[in-house]
Amino acid sequence: MIINHPLLGPRDAQEFTYLGDAAMIDRPDWQAENAAEAFHDYLYLRDNPAGEHRELWFHEQGDRSWLVVTRNTLTHEITNVELARDVARAQGRGR
Amino acid sequence: MHKLKAITALGASDLKVSTIGDMTLTEVTDRALASLSMRLGQDAEFAKRAKDILGIELPLPGVAEVGSPYSAFWIGPDSWMIDASYTSHQTLAADLKSAMQDTTSVVEQTDGWCRFDVTGASACDLFERLCNVDIRTMQAQTATRCAIHHIGCYLWCIEAGTRFAVLGPRSSAGSLYHAMEEAAQSIAAR
Amino acid sequence: MSRQINRLKGGLVDHGQNLNFTFDGKSYQGLAGDTLASALLANGVRLMGRSFKYHRPRGVLTAGSEEPNALVELRQGGRQEPNTRATVAELYEGLEAQSQNRWPSLQRDVMAVNDLFSNFLTAGFYYKTFMWPKAFWEKLYEPIIRRAAGLGSVSGEDDPDVYDKGFLHCDLLVIGAGPAGLSAALTAGRAGARVILADEDFALGGRLNSESFAISDMAGSAWAAQTVAELTSMDNVRLLPRTTVVGAFDHGIYGAVERIADHKPQPGTAEPRQIFWRIYSKRAVLCAGATERPIAFPNNDRPGIMMAGAVRSYANRWAATPHERVAVFTNNDDGHRTATDLMAKGVQVAAVIDTRADAPAIDGTECFAGAQVIDSKGRLGLETVTIRTAQGFTSDIICGALALSGGWNPNVHLTCHQRGRPQWSEALAAFVPGEPLPIGLSVAGAAAGALSTHGAMETGAARAVEALADLGIQATPGDLPQAEDAPVNLQPFWYVKDGKGRAWIDQQNDVTVKDVKLAHQENFVSVEHLKRYTTLGMATDQGKTSNMGGLAVMAEMTGKSIPETGTTIFRPPYTPVAMGTLAGRAVGKQFHPTRKTPSHKWATEQGAVFTEVGDWLRAQWYPQKGETHWRQSVDREVLATRNSVGVCDVTTLGKIDVQGADAAEFLNKIYSNGFAKLPVGKVRYGLMLREDGIAYDDGTAARFAEDHFVVTTTTANAVLVYRQMEFARQCLWPDLDVQLISTTEAWAQYAVAGPNSRKLLQKIVDAEFDISNDAFPFMACGEITVCGGCRARLFRISFSGELAYEIAVPTRYGDALIRALMEAGEEFDATPYGTEALGVMRIEKGHATGNEINGTTTALNLGLGRMVSKKKDCIGNTLSERDGLNEPDALRLVGLKPVNATQPVTAGGHLMNKDGPVDAAHDQGYVTSAAYSPNLGSSIGLGFLKNGADRIGEVIRLVNPLEGSETEVEVVSAHFVDPEGERLRA
Repeated sequence: MIINHPLLGPRDAQEFTYLGDAAMIDRPDWQAENAAEAFHDYLYLRDNPAGEHRELWFHEQGDRSWLVVTRNTLTHEITNVELARDVARAQGRGR
Repeated sequence: MHKLKAITALGASDLKVSTIGDMTLTEVTDRALASLSMRLGQDAEFAKRAKDILGIELPLPGVAEVGSPYSAFWIGPDSWMIDASYTSHQTLAADLKSAMQDTTSVVEQTDGWCRFDVTGASACDLFERLCNVDIRTMQAQTATRCAIHHIGCYLWCIEAGTRFAVLGPRSSAGSLYHAMEEAAQSIAAR
Repeated sequence: MSRQINRLKGGLVDHGQNLNFTFDGKSYQGLAGDTLASALLANGVRLMGRSFKYHRPRGVLTAGSEEPNALVELRQGGRQEPNTRATVAELYEGLEAQSQNRWPSLQRDVMAVNDLFSNFLTAGFYYKTFMWPKAFWEKLYEPIIRRAAGLGSVSGEDDPDVYDKGFLHCDLLVIGAGPAGLSAALTAGRAGARVILADEDFALGGRLNSESFAISDMAGSAWAAQTVAELTSMDNVRLLPRTTVVGAFDHGIYGAVERIADHKPQPGTAEPRQIFWRIYSKRAVLCAGATERPIAFPNNDRPGIMMAGAVRSYANRWAATPHERVAVFTNNDDGHRTATDLMAKGVQVAAVIDTRADAPAIDGTECFAGAQVIDSKGRLGLETVTIRTAQGFTSDIICGALALSGGWNPNVHLTCHQRGRPQWSEALAAFVPGEPLPIGLSVAGAAAGALSTHGAMETGAARAVEALADLGIQATPGDLPQAEDAPVNLQPFWYVKDGKGRAWIDQQNDVTVKDVKLAHQENFVSVEHLKRYTTLGMATDQGKTSNMGGLAVMAEMTGKSIPETGTTIFRPPYTPVAMGTLAGRAVGKQFHPTRKTPSHKWATEQGAVFTEVGDWLRAQWYPQKGETHWRQSVDREVLATRNSVGVCDVTTLGKIDVQGADAAEFLNKIYSNGFAKLPVGKVRYGLMLREDGIAYDDGTAARFAEDHFVVTTTTANAVLVYRQMEFARQCLWPDLDVQLISTTEAWAQYAVAGPNSRKLLQKIVDAEFDISNDAFPFMACGEITVCGGCRARLFRISFSGELAYEIAVPTRYGDALIRALMEAGEEFDATPYGTEALGVMRIEKGHATGNEINGTTTALNLGLGRMVSKKKDCIGNTLSERDGLNEPDALRLVGLKPVNATQPVTAGGHLMNKDGPVDAAHDQGYVTSAAYSPNLGSSIGLGFLKNGADRIGEVIRLVNPLEGSETEVEVVSAHFVDPEGERLRA
């Protein structure tokens, strides 16, 4: 597969390692009342869609950017690639 | 001068140079390296100080900027590798840190890497056997990370088509050199 | 020497250049430009192999890579390669070929006895026969089957050849260099696009080299040569003859095998035999042509019965005919071409048998319209065929070859590699490429169902123009030359129902029409089941000439149409690929890169024994004169270190430089314990958890400045921890000001351990740096200089449990530093120690490694429960508090000592109570690490024991049911040596 890196352009997927669902960005608040339950869901409950999936890839043999890649799991078509850091910030993550 | 004697990444006291076909592979040790990573929110001050001390613009992704005494290539978001003569910049990281102050994280990388330069008319044929970089369209003064024989390297194009530098992790120097040498012999055998 | 009795005039072979070769030891001559198959045919050899199951005598069926029968072994010794298709083996001077799957000879093969039992060896034979008794399978059936199975053989010697891999990039990849591919490449090349044109043949041109049609006013082969010459002159076009594109992968990536030296006796010095190319294409056009399919009839497998297009190729391109007298059996007009071309070459055509009632007449020979071939005769080669005419009369026709034409199947294979499903074309009675095509791929020429030369050239050019338009490159198709444009005129006809005897569908795997019918009877009606039950299409040819026939028979049985019956999916590779090609240079010691430590050269000089730790080579122990067993070396190294001083290369531990205003805050988040209050100049042990609360990795973090730490990881987890830290930095806390980079390679680092370690270091650390216990206490760190000014880092940390330091210098000085340390250490008998002694000492001290931090254990299990801060957010702390991980009787790390000191403690053994049953229900824990401790004079171990912290002093059993051993062990503190840590602080 070819992943169109937002900074570096098209790169072979062999240069990347795969983590999984981009929902891994949404780490729960450790001080919330239901923290244990929220962490359980965060860690163990994932969607496994046959179709479009937002997922995390790490450009290990490249610039060490984590990317959020929107990929169709049926066709491998990749429709969007973003820097995970930008996505995390946009989703309100900070310090 | 201290009493410890350096050895090369290939474990010798002398540089390895070999000519295979029309290609020359040269081990390079006289380069000092330091990584420069901008601290969060320091954009303006960082850029100003970098320009002042380095005398060059820090390059965009995929690009290398050559200057004297400093050159630089992009290694990641807000991160660059700075290259200078080792003989005259043995304390490159410390010098850069004192100039850049708290705008920048500076890390000594000199001995993290081995470097092999390739020159010759068949250089593109060689890299075609080694890595997935589109070597024939690679412009002079661009640099990219790539894997050669499963080893993560930086490939720096010095003259398009004929002159390249490979920077690889120092501990794998032997395997990296072996891979380059075998591929060169393969090309030369045509 | 045999004469080339079936050699014709003309063709694309060089009649002036004879090549000598042998087949089964017999000498022959062929011509430059021949394949092994064409040369054998020219020499009157029709018998080329034996079939897989019944050992039936078989001849060549085709003239291309789809060949099922003519499989031979080429070369000798390490270069011997089985199952080479004689149809694609280029003839070279001195070629030696052997037939396969026969004994003692191709003509007399004793295994042909199988053929007499063919009634038993039908579809599903293995499944039905070898079911019982069960015990017979391993000892009896499987060895027999394995011996009988397989076609060729290998020598068992190492392959002396080398294989390269490589990477190519292009705008347009053109797969196949027939009329469609040449047109596509020419169109794109003239437009200035970067083009790669690959073809499996050594002569580019595809069918143009096999047909007698003209293109404009020149021979087809001449037009091909002229086009190739123009393409060769273009810098932007790369021609890859002898290159098979074997797979279409995601996003325009193709795999291709280029045969560099297979047409020579052996590769030149340093020359690779083959290159496996990974081709990155922006667009690709598949111009793979079509494969002719046979018509099945009783006894249709005799040598001399061949595809009509192949007979035409042999005559026109290779100036060879399988026999002086040939008959043609066809259901379409294309078969007639073979008759016409053969007659033009002076070959006698006995008759054309055409299944169509309205078959056209043909000049020069008789055409039996509406007739069928119902039988054949000839033991090792065809002698006669029996036909039944439209009127119902049977008669024998004498002929030494029969040319079969059942129509052409587009080569859709690569269009299926991304799950595309071929679709049925009624007009062609064949499958054509269907949706979805691999992204960026289009199909032209015969592969797309455009079976005429004109159609191929037109679609090739058109697909190239479209592909380039997508890339913003303007191209024009140019003026197409005049070319043959005959319509396909065919009446589907799959197999002859009349007559007796077996009608073969898959000749390589010996599957008959009857086998397919039997599969249907037994309800294996799905095509995928049919394939596996009968093995139809599962041989090395992947059923290129047989799948359609099987499908047609099954369709008839089920009463469905062929498209309703389905088609099997083609998968890579298109043709077989040698394992060596896939391995490339990654063989033997080069299987993976080797990482060497800075002391490697010195350690080699000392005669160290090395061990692989990931890619690293580390000294395992340093044998000395007189030591005959590794334990002697290791015991000596351990005792020398504990009694005086030892030196160990610890460079392999991961080192990650962490800087930034929020560096401490960041470490607080990735380590379970706190780092915010660690003073500058100090080191702290840190434990990382996974988010699920399980222990992940441990190491130290040294604080060199308020905003600067150097973190160490275990050797094994260096890459994973770095990845995890980048994840935390970029995805979880993107606004923390922290920057990371690995410095593992940049520093050569040595552990200097033992009571004399300080004295030793004081000899090499420059005088201005005070490393006395007061000035540089346990867990101190600092930047110093050594040996007269060499920059260094010093850490007072200890893995061995002794007074110990780790000292680091820039890697280029690592070799000099260990020499300096050993020289300075001479007065203390300083001893280098390897990973074994390192392991013994850490077990003696009760320090955990990967054996204990093994992906199932928590901080609590490790006895480090108090390290998990409850006052801050860090990865893993929330879920580490789950009830299930905090049971009152949770496993705890303990030390284990045999009650009888002569007995060994074995890692992997399980712990049971002193009395009671030995079973999983009563399991008390397990042993993770064990070693002989020369300090304690017995074997010792570390392990996890239920409620272990409260069971010190208890005697339990260590059991190993696999080996039937049982040892009484006493539960002790994990800290066998210096439990109070006095030595560390000395």
